[in-house]
Amino acid sequence: MNFIDNPRRLRGFEKQIRVEKVSRRSILKGLGVTGGFVLAAPVMSRQALAYETGAGKMPHGVVVDPRVFVSVAPDGIVTIVGHRSEMGTGVRTSLPLIVAEEMEADWSRVKVQQAHGDEVKFGNQDTDGSRSTRHYLMPMRQIGASARAMLEQAAAKRWGVPATEVKAVNHEVVHSASGRKLGFGELAADAAKESVPAIEGLKLKDPKDFRYLGKGEVSIVDLHDITTGKARYGADVRLPNMKYAVIARPPVTGGKLVSFDPDAALKVPGVEKVMQVRGWPWPSKFQPLGGVAVIARNTGAAIKGRDALKLVWDDGPNGKYDSVAYRKELEEASRKPGLVLRKEGDADAALKGADKVIVGEYYIPHLAHVAMEPPVAVADVKGDKAEIWAPVQSPGGTREDVAKTLGIPEGNVTVNVTLLGGGFGRKSKCDFALEAALLSKELGAPVKVQWTREDDVHNGFLHTVSVERIEAGLDKSGKVIAWRHRSVAPSIASTFAAGTVHQAPFEIGMGLVDMPFEIANISCENPEAAAHTRIGWFRSVSNIPRAFAVQSMVGEIAQATGRDQKDMLLELIGSPRIVKPNVKDLWNYGEPQDSYPIDTARLRKVVELVAEKGEWGRKVPKGHGLGIAVHRSFVSYIATIVEVAVDDKGKLTVPRVDTAIDCGTYVNPERIASQIEGAAIMGLSLAKYGEITFKDGKVQQKNFDDFQVVRIDESPVVTNVYIVPPGPDTPPSGVGEPGVPPFAPALINAIFAATGKRIRSLPIGKQLEA
Amino acid sequence: MIKVKINGQEQSWDGDPDLPLLWFLRDEAGLTGTKYGCGQALCGACTVIVDKEAVRACITSINDVAGREVTTIEGLHPNGDHPVQKAWRQVNVPQCGFCQAGQIMQAAALLMDNPKPSHDQIREAMSGNICRCGCYQRIENAVHLASTGV
Repeated sequence: MNFIDNPRRLRGFEKQIRVEKVSRRSILKGLGVTGGFVLAAPVMSRQALAYETGAGKMPHGVVVDPRVFVSVAPDGIVTIVGHRSEMGTGVRTSLPLIVAEEMEADWSRVKVQQAHGDEVKFGNQDTDGSRSTRHYLMPMRQIGASARAMLEQAAAKRWGVPATEVKAVNHEVVHSASGRKLGFGELAADAAKESVPAIEGLKLKDPKDFRYLGKGEVSIVDLHDITTGKARYGADVRLPNMKYAVIARPPVTGGKLVSFDPDAALKVPGVEKVMQVRGWPWPSKFQPLGGVAVIARNTGAAIKGRDALKLVWDDGPNGKYDSVAYRKELEEASRKPGLVLRKEGDADAALKGADKVIVGEYYIPHLAHVAMEPPVAVADVKGDKAEIWAPVQSPGGTREDVAKTLGIPEGNVTVNVTLLGGGFGRKSKCDFALEAALLSKELGAPVKVQWTREDDVHNGFLHTVSVERIEAGLDKSGKVIAWRHRSVAPSIASTFAAGTVHQAPFEIGMGLVDMPFEIANISCENPEAAAHTRIGWFRSVSNIPRAFAVQSMVGEIAQATGRDQKDMLLELIGSPRIVKPNVKDLWNYGEPQDSYPIDTARLRKVVELVAEKGEWGRKVPKGHGLGIAVHRSFVSYIATIVEVAVDDKGKLTVPRVDTAIDCGTYVNPERIASQIEGAAIMGLSLAKYGEITFKDGKVQQKNFDDFQVVRIDESPVVTNVYIVPPGPDTPPSGVGEPGVPPFAPALINAIFAATGKRIRSLPIGKQLEA
Repeated sequence: MIKVKINGQEQSWDGDPDLPLLWFLRDEAGLTGTKYGCGQALCGACTVIVDKEAVRACITSINDVAGREVTTIEGLHPNGDHPVQKAWRQVNVPQCGFCQAGQIMQAAALLMDNPKPSHDQIREAMSGNICRCGCYQRIENAVHLASTGV
């Protein structure tokens, strides 16, 4: 792990913040506060902020209120609420750390309390889209600054001095003129009586005084518990009299139960009951598939009981889904014009007149998330009240969906958020919590629904499958004058609405229409593709196929013109500028274009940085090769160099990976490095092995033996991470996902350099063994 | 009646003797530090130490460990300060953390057997333990650190 020019401070937030002061009585319930005005900032005006984010446009927006997020006990312990879900990014530490920084709390006397699902109270809680730091850096600073001001006001009153003469420093308020000091704990009761300060006067800390932000010296709050087995994940929740359940679900999406025979299952020791679970027709967002549940005294008995069930299914409309045939359909669709989403110049004419046309047709199959903790949830439904414990990325959405599914008011549903044993987008869908709620209601007892790994592989919300066809037209000098990219893939929107055949704006905005190259004639098209299974978000989503195709094509153009990959890449990126694609309502990860433009200077910078630090062009041993790729996603810029070694049997290893990331202003560089290290592993997994296939409507893989992921003995020997120091006004951008997309194309370009073989179809599998 | 010693405490079970040790630990004994990840000994999330050997609790029946001594993550060290645990914290290994108990138990078993493993020996011994977050570089560094004393 390396940091370059690791800035000792964050810059650019000196401006005072204006936050609309509104009365929201409903959010005053928490943490012992009973009345008064609170702050809420669903709208942040451009004038008031150093930058604007899309946070206010998320469901339920942003709540900026120290009384919701911070409490100070008489013993001085400061409790800060983490309202996002922890799935390994470190967000449960990072966001409270921002509050602690700004309020001058001593981190060793801070406790983090996990928020339950309540978006009216806490603001949006959807932990996805690499949004947490991007949307909450500033609100958390405001919350901390407000809390600090309240403590300072309380101390000033106690001493009878003007508030301007006192200052909070490391968990106490100091009056330096008289040498008096009062600890936060001693001031807690008085501070709670102070009104939340007018935001006009709120003073944020000077970043040069930061003790925690930008430094990477604070470990995650759960570190000790994780290493001692005490950390509590969804699977670890145990309630008195709780039953254990596993469910047999339809093997084909849209299938239905015809009949079942529970007799053999009921004879298994420990099995108590077999019952049908309600299913919803496909597609119906995250509603359960239905099936047959086996209820037992422990999970082992439930699994054994399920194995003994006799089940008859009607496979329904997707019973013929076949990956081999479907791939042909997608390929054929990609060879014909599709819905034009971006048109600049005349790509068709330019391709016809080109001196040379390079065609790449890339295939990227379905992927399963396989988070180490398979979906699991505990529910306790009593009458018209429900309590849920679950590892969900969407606590607020889960609450809404549980209420709807049970037909009870949302206020009667409590969603307790446990740690997530990995998420990667799978746990943005709360189907497993809905299953537990339905079962608990029927049983009249608390129940845990545990998905087995096979369930996870068979009945998930898969990453889409796509063909990305790119045609690049070159003139006589080798300059690229035309670019036609057709992307054919079933859309995530198909999981919400039947008959969906085109990709949604948030999918086409992930590397298709936002393609940043400086080319005169561009056409980005989306031919139709219908879904035959549940499609869902998978870490970095459509950026996986797009970056693979676009960055492989850069390698192919370099290959065809005898150019260096990196030089070719920089030439295509072109001059430093703001790219404004000719696209109606261009989706920009939900962010305003003004704060988060497509900036090719930043794109170039990460390429140049990784080339320098990663020693691009260095001499590598025979059988080794270097590959490079860059991609902007989640409004961050990331470039990766992979060194690959391919032996004479076609076995590949990765001696070294170098990645440069520009994620703007950041909080914890140590966790950024861990995310990027992990993204390289996930990228290598999907490139080497990742493929879910269907036959007769059923997923053909089942567990880690046939849906393989990379293990330690094949992981990169070293992954170096370089973080670009943020400019003075650079807003924070995504980290959790953007590391994944550039890895596979960098690897594929490296394989070409090592072997002369160009791989256009993922996974690599045995392709190098031929 | 099957008797087994878990983290130094005698436990008994008179249910299905084929019950996987994993589910006995988690659901019957309340020791949830040991995780379910695959049920087929493919991922190592359920790794515990039986006598002095790392085993996968998901394919080991409670009957298989009758009369033997099982150590789980909860019993590795009374204060959680086994050299492997300390090294893990020093290197900031975990991301989501779910596989980490299994990783730590596997590493502890490796060091009992081979106190100074090489780079290749660490990679080989740890290759049965999957981390989907991809903490491998740090796992390797932490095992190495634990082997050289924290």
